[in-house]
Amino acid sequence: MNILLAILVLGSIAAVFGALLGFASVRFKVDADPIVEQLDALLPQTQCGQCGYPGCKPYAQAVADGEAINKCAPGGEDTIKKIADLMGVEVQPIDESHVKGNIAQSNRPKVAFVIEEDCIGCTKCIQACPVDAIIGAAKQMHTIIVDECTGCDLCVAPCPVDCIEMRELPETIHNWQWDLTSIPVTQLD
Amino acid sequence: MVESVVERITRGHFWDFHGGIHPPEQKFLTSNKPIKQLSLPKQLIIPLQQHIGQEGDLLVSIGEHVLKGQALTLSTNPMVVPIHAPTSGTISAIKMSVIAHPSGLSQLCIIFDVDGDDRWRKREVCHDIELLANHQIIEKIANAGIAGMGGAGFPTHIKVNSKVSSKPDINFLIINGVECEPYITADDLLMMEQSNAIVDGIKILDKLLTPAFIFIAIENNKPKAIKALQQATAKIEKIKVCVVPTKYPAGGEKQLIQILTGKEVTSGQLPIHAGIVMQNVATCFAINEAVRHDTPLIRRVVTVTGQALDKPQNVWALIGTPINFLLEQCSVQHIKNEKQPVIMGGPMMGFSVSSELVPVVKTSNCILVPSKVEMPSAFEKESKEVECIRCGQCSDVCPSQLLPQELQWSAKAKDHAQLKKLNLSDCIDCGACAYVCPSQIPLVHYYRIAKAEILEQQQLDLKAEKAKTRFEARKLRLEKEKVARHEKQKKAAAARKAAMNKATPEATGAKSAVAAALARVKAKKASKDQVQEQTNTPDSQTNLSSDVADDQKSQVSAAIARAKAKKKLKAEATNTLSSDNNDANKIVDALETKSTVTLQASVDDKKAKIAVAIAKAKAKKLNKTNDAAADTNKVTKHTLAVNMDAKKVVNIEDKKVKIAAAIAKVKSKALAKANKVNKETDDTSRINYPVTNNETQSKYKPAELVQTEQEDIAVSDSTGNSKNKNITESKPIISIDKKAKIIAAIAKAKAKNKLKEISLVEKNNPDNV
Ligand code: SF4
Ligand code: SF4
Ligand code: SF4
Ligand code: SF4
Repeated sequence: MNILLAILVLGSIAAVFGALLGFASVRFKVDADPIVEQLDALLPQTQCGQCGYPGCKPYAQAVADGEAINKCAPGGEDTIKKIADLMGVEVQPIDESHVKGNIAQSNRPKVAFVIEEDCIGCTKCIQACPVDAIIGAAKQMHTIIVDECTGCDLCVAPCPVDCIEMRELPETIHNWQWDLTSIPVTQLD
Repeated sequence: MVESVVERITRGHFWDFHGGIHPPEQKFLTSNKPIKQLSLPKQLIIPLQQHIGQEGDLLVSIGEHVLKGQALTLSTNPMVVPIHAPTSGTISAIKMSVIAHPSGLSQLCIIFDVDGDDRWRKREVCHDIELLANHQIIEKIANAGIAGMGGAGFPTHIKVNSKVSSKPDINFLIINGVECEPYITADDLLMMEQSNAIVDGIKILDKLLTPAFIFIAIENNKPKAIKALQQATAKIEKIKVCVVPTKYPAGGEKQLIQILTGKEVTSGQLPIHAGIVMQNVATCFAINEAVRHDTPLIRRVVTVTGQALDKPQNVWALIGTPINFLLEQCSVQHIKNEKQPVIMGGPMMGFSVSSELVPVVKTSNCILVPSKVEMPSAFEKESKEVECIRCGQCSDVCPSQLLPQELQWSAKAKDHAQLKKLNLSDCIDCGACAYVCPSQIPLVHYYRIAKAEILEQQQLDLKAEKAKTRFEARKLRLEKEKVARHEKQKKAAAARKAAMNKATPEATGAKSAVAAALARVKAKKASKDQVQEQTNTPDSQTNLSSDVADDQKSQVSAAIARAKAKKKLKAEATNTLSSDNNDANKIVDALETKSTVTLQASVDDKKAKIAVAIAKAKAKKLNKTNDAAADTNKVTKHTLAVNMDAKKVVNIEDKKVKIAAAIAKVKSKALAKANKVNKETDDTSRINYPVTNNETQSKYKPAELVQTEQEDIAVSDSTGNSKNKNITESKPIISIDKKAKIIAAIAKAKAKNKLKEISLVEKNNPDNV
């Protein structure tokens, strides 16, 4: 009798907790893998595809699934370090095979520029741009919205008349960086 | 609370702020001389943006004559402060010019030729400010372009607009006349000479802000200024002149508030939240000028000082006066000496300027020209920095109670998260830490770099966020478009089916059309063998229609060809010295030096090559087109259908022609090299044979045109005569030199590229050679 009671009590407790857990798993369901979101937030969102994936988010997903963390060229060392921190893995040097185009060659940010006289309005560049930073219509001159361009380089190759080039953003007092050598800090004696 | 603060102040007791230093004072250099009125400079350089915020919209154009006080830019939003003509004169240019910024970068400036008349625009003097409503006063302040003259240049009209910011009641209005930088005396002198005007300005602020009390804070090292202001405010109960102890940086906003009220403005808080507004004395003066005399902010007191000057003094400088003019007026002994540093701002917080044409702006209060004895560090290029010895002196003096040493480590390591934790944003760049550091670490510099980096990172994050949303939006859009397309196709298919099934005359027509098409296809298949036999029969109909197609295409392909030429030109630039380009280099050389002898050779060479190329291309095209033409012709006599096919053919042919041409060229080049001229001519004649068809010649305009045209120009340019009559195509010459180079480049690049492929292609096209 006692044993029966014990079984009953324990059984009902188990049932209650089971129901609770079941409810919780439905109620507090996490939609996306949060690690992917976190990784995506670390990536530069250039959407350039240099990592071999069609955009930053897919690469974030791949990294979460165990892909190498050193394939994002625009992000550079900084991004690799951050990903390494997040994933708890060793920092690796950047994978050179994924560094292409002019992105790696210069420190200054670049944006695409359409040489407007040469544009024949084929709209090929619009199809290539991942962030819709190009305006234009068929047989009309196209141009780049500088503020939206991430400098991913993807529109340069498709242009049949080669009228898109990557230009460095000019240095202005708004994006200028202090340079330690420019002025000595003055001190009175 | 308010009462006790006032009581304490009347008793002359103040709070103290943490840290601070006592750098040796050099105010005696300038404090005993009156403010000098300068003659008008010949030229002014007025930056469009002189303060935090953005530039206004230009109201004037080059060549326009403007009167003194006339607005030059228009304020379009509250953060924009307009600028005004400091005197009468003509706008001679609007261009980039070096401005007062540590970067030494240029910004858009109005270059202003002074006419010397100093003629005012019409002014509306206001005798009684009581007649003006608050919003009118604020409007006047905004229109006068007044920005905080103490340092940062925050637009004053925002700070004094009590309605907009939904402020709590203002307890204290603090007028900052502390001026704690060890060299600067501009405010000191202004207070001595213009005490009444300053007090009038304070009254205007009183009317706007209705504070409970007004404190004028002055350091105790300015006895004359204190006296002058005490006299001017003697009859006003509300205003108290507070003589605060001298200590750097007592003039900092948060520091001064602590001294006077004992309140600490915590990190991230603004003084206004504590019911306190602070204004600089020079700003009060400017407000008075603007409201009462309708005089915009067009001049300010600047301390021109330093032991390298003969006559250091304070001057009334027009906004836009280049500093070399000011230095001339104060008799600089040297300045031939390139290395003489000129510092804008005080020694503690200033920066050296890169050009002597840097203009005075609304926030410049001091120009310091130190001698070598005075400030040796300013003359040294190398930093004498050594490792931090962890002495802790820096945190003892930091007025913001930060840990400069820790900040320095994190700044060097670029650890932005840690810097945030250490409250880097609270650092006021006062330089006290760097001043005491025994290791001579330029601490402030590291902080400035770190601050700029953090700012940049923030901007990048913003941009990344934006890019992400745009990317997602695009994906969504493409997805939608795809679905829509599918829908449409489905619908169209359904409609077609429905139409077919109906027994209407149209439906039968459609059916028969389909049947006809099927029949055509069958016929085509069946007649394939015959077609092959007919390949050599030219068909005029096809040629005509493809002509039309060509005309439409010629423009596009010309553009493409241009682009290709450009690409090749680039390739050339990188490969100029490469030895396998010898041949092409020779051509370039020849073209450039215009040496006729070499040229003649190369011209002949080229002619041969052209002939070969054209011949080959034509031969190939003829074959193919005829093939296609006969093909289509046989199946149906419908011109339209032929037209379509011909177009397609041209498309494919374009590419092939180019390849063939390239091969031909390379081959002929190789042959020429090996001195097998005979064989080449043999080749040429052999290939020439099937290409006597005039129709085909006109047919392949696009690709051929560009080639021949360029060759033609290159030749006629270098030899000076266009005897090249065998190429009949002639077009307007746009840029001969360019084209000559381009063609050389094309030849070179093609030679290089195709050499590799040549054997392969040869196998594929054995008929052509
Ligand atoms: S415009 Fe070109 S470089 Fe800029 S984001 Fe679009 S594809 Fe990339
Ligand atoms: S790809 Fe080049 S030619 Fe085509 S629309 Fe874009 S810029 Fe114009
Ligand atoms: S510069 Fe910054 S860290 Fe250094 S003493 Fe001043 S407030 Fe403190
Ligand atoms: S004063 Fe200089 S040496 Fe001393 S702890 Fe600070 S940074 Fe280090």
